[in-house]
Amino acid sequence: MESNNLIINLKDISFSYSGNKLVLDHLSFQLLRGDRIGLVGPNGSGKTTLLHVIMGLLRPSSGTIELFGKTAHEEKDFRAIRKKIGLLFQDPDDQLFSPTVLEDVAFGPLNLGKSPEEARDIASQTLVGLDLSGFENRITYKLSGGEKKLVSLATVLAMDPEVLLLDEPTNGLDDETEEKITDILKRLSLSCIFISHNLDFLFETTNRVYAMANGKILLDETLVPHSHVHTHRFGRLPHEHKP
Amino acid sequence: MIEEQFSIGDSFVHNLDPRVKIIVAIIFSVVVAVSSNFSALLPALVVAVLLILLAKLPVGKVFYRLLLVNGLILFLWFFIPFTFRGDTLFTVGPLVGTKQGVLYASQITLKSNTILLAMIALLATIPISTLGHAMRQLHVPDKVVHLFLFTYRYIHVIFQEYQRLVNAMKMRGFIPKTNIHTYKSYAYLMGILLVRSYDRAERIHKAMLCRGFTGKYYTLSRFSVRTGDLVYLTVMLAAILGLVMLQWRVTI
Repeated sequence: MESNNLIINLKDISFSYSGNKLVLDHLSFQLLRGDRIGLVGPNGSGKTTLLHVIMGLLRPSSGTIELFGKTAHEEKDFRAIRKKIGLLFQDPDDQLFSPTVLEDVAFGPLNLGKSPEEARDIASQTLVGLDLSGFENRITYKLSGGEKKLVSLATVLAMDPEVLLLDEPTNGLDDETEEKITDILKRLSLSCIFISHNLDFLFETTNRVYAMANGKILLDETLVPHSHVHTHRFGRLPHEHKP
Repeated sequence: MIEEQFSIGDSFVHNLDPRVKIIVAIIFSVVVAVSSNFSALLPALVVAVLLILLAKLPVGKVFYRLLLVNGLILFLWFFIPFTFRGDTLFTVGPLVGTKQGVLYASQITLKSNTILLAMIALLATIPISTLGHAMRQLHVPDKVVHLFLFTYRYIHVIFQEYQRLVNAMKMRGFIPKTNIHTYKSYAYLMGILLVRSYDRAERIHKAMLCRGFTGKYYTLSRFSVRTGDLVYLTVMLAAILGLVMLQWRVTI
């Protein structure tokens, strides 16, 4: 394994919210360039916490975080990293805080030091790339759930990240929007970690699926996504299956 | 929730630089608020009505907004004429209405309507997000501007959360009554709303950090002052000066 291909390297990470039960329990995890990893697991198994630890939003009580070959300790280290790793939050209302869509998508590029003109161009292009042209001056809180999700994705992609972390990107979306997001994510050639309960989605967009339980990633039990031929009543109607 | 029904339009007033409009609105309101003479207040009302006409706003909707405020002012009319010392103008049973009282109440009515009309014509014709940026460019402290913009963005989200909670209460047979159970339930409702808003604020901050936020807020908007803006600013300042002179000359 070449070390310069190692993007995220978590060693022995433990984390708990205010001294309660360990949410992450001596967890180790690696993401290599080009990896597309799906993460499944029951609610409360620590999936979201894991992503927030990688971004430096939560500080582990023990263990080391290496990002792009450098150990990250403090806010300063993580600030440099956040340009390269994009995180999509579960609730788009947390992500979209600007009054208009264009301003929100341009927020990241502006923070990266782009001029207003450059930021405006990047934002418009990103929106066009996601089939959202014409949304520039829409008011963010008046968008529908699916539109909010797509615009949130645009805000992350506008920063041109090398790694994409998505927290339940298809949660609560209708089939059409889900298909749209799946298509977009399939086209992107980024390394990524997707949290989802939707195995069909992970099957389409990732090449490996890990299961998480009790604060650990079950590495030995890597799940291989595959489909079964099966039959039942109302099979023509869009539907989901439990994993 | 917040409809901003006057903010979109294509009139002379809509196309003015928002900074100019804010400055004029503030100076005009202060002058009107401290004026006490009808020879200044009546022309001020005319100026405000002219601004509304220039902004080509739907008269019915503007009138409706005025009605809301005048509903409050109506209550003043029930008290002020009878509580002011002065020359008797009329009597209602044992109550004596005074000339000074009526004049004072008319003054308040005139002032509030004038200021309100000017605010509708000048500030309501700016989309709220633009208003925030214009405030920033006028060197209003960043924190105030952030508070303003975030309130606008999230009041809707918090209101939805509130409605969800109220519905959940109703589904379980909650009917508000005058008893301790009702007060307690409402206290819980407010409490959980506060907690959830706090949690949301934390998540929003985290999401902003993920996109490289370091405390400085950059903006896309650039405003430019054009000839029309300067002409408008000059005319308005002259008009306001005229009002000041009308007010001053009579009271000296």
